[in-house]
Amino acid sequence: MELTLVQEALQNVNMGAIMPSLILVCFGMGILLVNVFMPRGKTAPAMVLSIVAVLAAAVASVGAWSSPEFGFAGHVANDKFAAFFNISILLAAGLSMLMSESYLGREDYKVGEYYPLILFTCSGAMWMASGTDMMTIFLGLEVMSVSLYVLAGFFRGQVKSNEAGLKYFLLGAFSTGFLLYGMALLYGVTGTTNVADIGRFLSGNPEQLTSAMTLAGMVMLSIGFLFKIAAAPFHMWTPDVYQGAPTPITAFMSAGPKAAAFAAFLRVFFLGLGELQNEWTAALWILAVLTMIAGNFIAIFQTDLKRMLAYSSIAHAGYALVGMVAANEIGVSGILFYMLAYTFMNIGAFAVLTLAGKKGEENLTLEGFAGFGYKKPLLGVVLTLFLFSLMGIPPTAGFAGKFYIFAGAVKAGYIWLAILGVLNSAVSLYYYLRVMVYMYFRDPAEDYGWVKMNAGAAVAIVIAVIGVLYLGIIPGSVMELAKSALF
Amino acid sequence: MSEHLLSLMTFFPILGMLVLLLLPKDNGALLKTFTLVVTVITFIISLPLAFNEVFKTSAAMHYTEFSEWIKIGDYFQMNYNVGIDGISLWLVLLTTFIMPITVLSTWQAVEKSTKGFMALLLLLETAMLGAFISLDLFLFYIFWELMLIPMYFLIGIWGGKRRIYSAVKFFLFTAVGSLLMLVAIIYIYYYAIQSGMDISGFSVADFYKLAIPAELQTWLFLAFAFSFAIKVPMFPVHTWLPDAHTEAPTAGSVILAAIMLKMGTYGYVRFAMPLFPEATHKFIPALALLAVIGIIYGALVAMMQDDVKKLVAYSSVSHLGFVMLGIFALNMQGISGGMLQMINHGVSTGALFLIVGFIYERRHTRLIVDFGGLAKQMPIFATIFMIVTLSSIGLPGMNGFVGEFMILMGAFESNLRWFTVFATSGVIFAAVYMLWMFQRVMFGKLENPANQNLKDLSLREIVVMLPLLVFVFWIGVYPSTFTDKMNPAIEQLIQQVKGKEQIAVVEPAAAPVEAPVQHEQHH
Repeated sequence: MELTLVQEALQNVNMGAIMPSLILVCFGMGILLVNVFMPRGKTAPAMVLSIVAVLAAAVASVGAWSSPEFGFAGHVANDKFAAFFNISILLAAGLSMLMSESYLGREDYKVGEYYPLILFTCSGAMWMASGTDMMTIFLGLEVMSVSLYVLAGFFRGQVKSNEAGLKYFLLGAFSTGFLLYGMALLYGVTGTTNVADIGRFLSGNPEQLTSAMTLAGMVMLSIGFLFKIAAAPFHMWTPDVYQGAPTPITAFMSAGPKAAAFAAFLRVFFLGLGELQNEWTAALWILAVLTMIAGNFIAIFQTDLKRMLAYSSIAHAGYALVGMVAANEIGVSGILFYMLAYTFMNIGAFAVLTLAGKKGEENLTLEGFAGFGYKKPLLGVVLTLFLFSLMGIPPTAGFAGKFYIFAGAVKAGYIWLAILGVLNSAVSLYYYLRVMVYMYFRDPAEDYGWVKMNAGAAVAIVIAVIGVLYLGIIPGSVMELAKSALF
Repeated sequence: MSEHLLSLMTFFPILGMLVLLLLPKDNGALLKTFTLVVTVITFIISLPLAFNEVFKTSAAMHYTEFSEWIKIGDYFQMNYNVGIDGISLWLVLLTTFIMPITVLSTWQAVEKSTKGFMALLLLLETAMLGAFISLDLFLFYIFWELMLIPMYFLIGIWGGKRRIYSAVKFFLFTAVGSLLMLVAIIYIYYYAIQSGMDISGFSVADFYKLAIPAELQTWLFLAFAFSFAIKVPMFPVHTWLPDAHTEAPTAGSVILAAIMLKMGTYGYVRFAMPLFPEATHKFIPALALLAVIGIIYGALVAMMQDDVKKLVAYSSVSHLGFVMLGIFALNMQGISGGMLQMINHGVSTGALFLIVGFIYERRHTRLIVDFGGLAKQMPIFATIFMIVTLSSIGLPGMNGFVGEFMILMGAFESNLRWFTVFATSGVIFAAVYMLWMFQRVMFGKLENPANQNLKDLSLREIVVMLPLLVFVFWIGVYPSTFTDKMNPAIEQLIQQVKGKEQIAVVEPAAAPVEAPVQHEQHH
């Protein structure tokens, strides 16, 4: 009898459903093995293999677009929604890895395990994006987070990095506890951890909608997710962690895991807790506004660029939350589009920062960028483009993303939210412009002789520029894809 | 060819910019010559528009082009929808006309980073032309925002001592205003869809047909009007202008004054007023009041300036107050006076900024006290300066008079009678500040030793000013060349705003629903 059960269970397992993350995990483990035989300080093979892994996983994800797979007894769905987010996450990882090689060399910390860790983070992120069961989402969250804790604290010799890693770990573990407790409460109410089944249960038993356990579960869940996307008031970890972590990791963290967290957030709250939409929409309205305000206003006072971009990251999460409040097709597909656009523009900006920093990164302040536009004109123009995209000035990806999200809000009737959103965008103009003021309007204080372009960073920047311009000028096709990816 | 004239004209400068980026950056003369050639060609491309007689009789959009651009499902569409009518005709031509002159003026003024300067000028030209020809609100918004970027850099990098402050102030003021307009644009779109209208993209022609309830119109009108008021600039959101104009390099000031300020007035005429007629009527008294305050305040402050450039900047506030007054009169004389004055202001104030630029290049100061008695030293300069000053004051026989007279007459006949009475004093103030400035700079004794060896205008500088002088007299003596082509479109505008009947603006050949088919037939 047990054998049949086992056989049944094995049949329900569909490895195709986790193919992209499976590729990453296998490659990751393989690279770990390869690293054993590599001489110390030689990480190029690891990087190349990782890029190959990312590309292979991307191909697998694109394959899922036309033929979605479901597996593990309904725990994992490699559908279009997951595929869209997978591409964003893989893009973030790929771009970060491209700029890492020379960065690690400069910081004199060429440790091969760096790349497999990123791959493992990605695989966890992908499980989050494709998880249709709370357990899978939790598993993905944990795998992603633990790898990220290590990556944030990667530079053992630097105090900032240690602080970043430890802070991230402590606060992350705490919030994951909330998440798990919320999942437990919802399990207690509904008797299942499958997201769709939770939704079905709640619509079938409306009296449970007002029970304290359900509401508490929802609140706990949202705390966990909001921490991950760095929304106010759970955003406190972001500036320190972003500032302390190695710059390519910051780049990756700002885009990849955030996208994964949004994916899981959307899935759980729309599919699972759809019945409670009125409740959580009202709460999210306030939190979106708080997040935008916190991110934008505090960013004004930052002089360290990594910290400034961290606060801007918080603000952008706020804009994306506006799309979630809108809860209509264009709002939610706007979130998908925005995650992709944000990946391009933010990682692009960080790529330039990676090149411009000195060893030990004392130089990533506003003062340190004085006259950068003259000494390194090409990089200056590129950074200007990314900054304009972050500001939301047409014809860039940032503008298109903000436009769709605010359009979604207007369409759903949240006019004031849209107005607050654009006013916050207006505030953000100031601190992004300030970087350009230092780059172009101040006389060069430094010689910037140490900023050396390398192949990896160049490729990453070119891809980011193309992405930002393409999504800005011809956003239609990608938006269509995002729209069709909705569940 | 004529089917794509507008696109060719608009995007030619940016194509030129892409080629410019490949040129060597050290050869300033090559870069400037290349840019000059590009802008002259753009002007030549735009010339057929000036000679097309169709504008004399037809109020519809011509040279229209329509192609689907962004289409998301069946609920979101933005189109590349452009066209030109009597109202935008002269503004487009003013743009293509002023650009070569501006480029020619930079020959000695711009020495460092010439490549960047020229590239930004070309990008700016594309953005401005695009904004004037856009018939799709989304497309308009994109060009509107795009204009800010090159101007921000032009002021911030090549500007005067307080350039950083001025550039940031310019950008923030304008961008904040237009962000609210963005929400309004999105709102109109969804409102149109909800009311069941079969619209195609953000087409303005469709929105004209919308019957928006008065309460809603108020908010939408305010959003649009606020954004355009900043650009005009109207009192009290004009404070960015004196800084931006004064600190910008000469070329930047000329373009800012001659063309970019017209965007604000154009926005009222094309969007804010015809889209929201009831709200317009409601707010005209308040806006006319602001316009008159602008006229008088601008003039009074201009009188007290000791920096010539700042004086001219404040005179812009004053002159554009006249334009707005004329537009708010909502009759044929007033609006055509306003539109004509837009062109006049472009010519006269552009010329004034060029003149200031000439002095600055020689003496590196703009303070009136540093000059005096220059007329003896630089007679040609004095003559041209005098002509431009009189044009700005509005002496009969020159362009300023025709415009101002039509505006005042139109406003007097409308229900803005008392506003007109006060506005007329602005004409006198203009004479005061301009003539007083001219006297202190050009007449009197040549005492300052630094002024004693100043060279008169070179050939290049005369060539820069000559076309402007031609228009000063042409518009002044025979304005009907210009007003004839504007009149039908203005009549239609009046009907849209006054008579609540909404007429289709676009001729059938460009009606969005049928456009693709029609275009196939054309080909």
